[in-house]
Amino acid sequence: MTPGEISVLADLARRRSGVIVDADKTYVIESRLAPVARRQGFTSLSELISDLQSREDETLIWATVEALSSTETQFFRDRSPFHQIAAEVLPALARKGRQQIKVWSAGCSTGQEPYSLAILAEEEGGKHGPMSMDIFASDLSDRCLEKGMAGLYTQFEVQRGLPSRLLIKYFDKVDDHWVLSPRIRQMVHMQRQNLLTDVKGSGPFDLILCRNVLSAFDSSTARTVLEQIANTLAPDGFLVMGAHETSAHHTPAFRPVPGLHGLYMRDPNFRVAA
Amino acid sequence: MRTCLVVDDSRVVRKVSRRILEEIGFDVAEAADGVEALAWCRAAMPSAILLDWNMPVMDGLEFLNQLRREPGGDKPVVVFCSVENDPDHIAMALEAGAIEYIMKPFDSDIIESKFVEAGLL
Repeated sequence: MTPGEISVLADLARRRSGVIVDADKTYVIESRLAPVARRQGFTSLSELISDLQSREDETLIWATVEALSSTETQFFRDRSPFHQIAAEVLPALARKGRQQIKVWSAGCSTGQEPYSLAILAEEEGGKHGPMSMDIFASDLSDRCLEKGMAGLYTQFEVQRGLPSRLLIKYFDKVDDHWVLSPRIRQMVHMQRQNLLTDVKGSGPFDLILCRNVLSAFDSSTARTVLEQIANTLAPDGFLVMGAHETSAHHTPAFRPVPGLHGLYMRDPNFRVAA
Repeated sequence: MRTCLVVDDSRVVRKVSRRILEEIGFDVAEAADGVEALAWCRAAMPSAILLDWNMPVMDGLEFLNQLRREPGGDKPVVVFCSVENDPDHIAMALEAGAIEYIMKPFDSDIIESKFVEAGLL
């Protein structure tokens, strides 16, 4: 790919999804786009890119933009946020009398994060009084959501982050794959959503996970999205960000929960302009 | 340094496992079947055991059952590592006292992730 071609892609991704493409990682861009080019019948990436420039084909544009974002995920990724949700967040919500917990997994990729939450809710169920969890999961990528909704995972995927005890409790083996039980799947509702344009009007949520998503955005876009996310969070709700993400520190909308890394609450003094 | 005993009748699997386990900070000992593994454990109980199921002489499940009857045999954290990949085998292994179960083929990510689950890392 030429620098010109890379900048066409980077510009498209930034405008449509907010995602910043690292122009130095040519191999990443190529490996993500090669399958798109193949599926759409192009013989090379250059052909795909020149087609993107010559006509405004929305299907092709979105297939490209979606492919340019990372889909990296795993069950119970980073572990500690899930421990914190079990040990701190759910009890805190229970103390406030919440029985129906509304959760949003923003940027859910292929579903491992919302399903981990659903499994966690099952495992924790009843410990803090009657409580059920209703999980909304969104992602930009239709392909990821399709896989997520199927609830079908490879042997490799179910061995990263998922304890064997939970694997045999909540999954059935179907041929070479593992399929999540309907009881867990029905707790999660997935829908395509672009964080750049579609956040308004959803919520209120008691718990929002937006992990390793905004770190792919430039800082002012991340801040704008976070402030919209703040609007969808219940006043006493919690936001969970990725382990190495700091963007919530840079907006007055949130303040960190003392002693709980990666956990935030709304700052009551912050009001978003409607 | 903590020791992990790798029990597998395949020399290739033992070699691959050794490389991964040494990288995550274990001293590695090897055994080719359950009887050899028991001899190792009687001499020096390891902290962890990565255990194949199907082996000649004594298989993994029988080894685990015998190990748990040895003095100090309740100590090692046992992680199965087998081509048997159906829920029944996994359930049987966990019931016998294994803490985690790896389905072959595996890579370093899976071993590391399972050792974290097992509380070994």
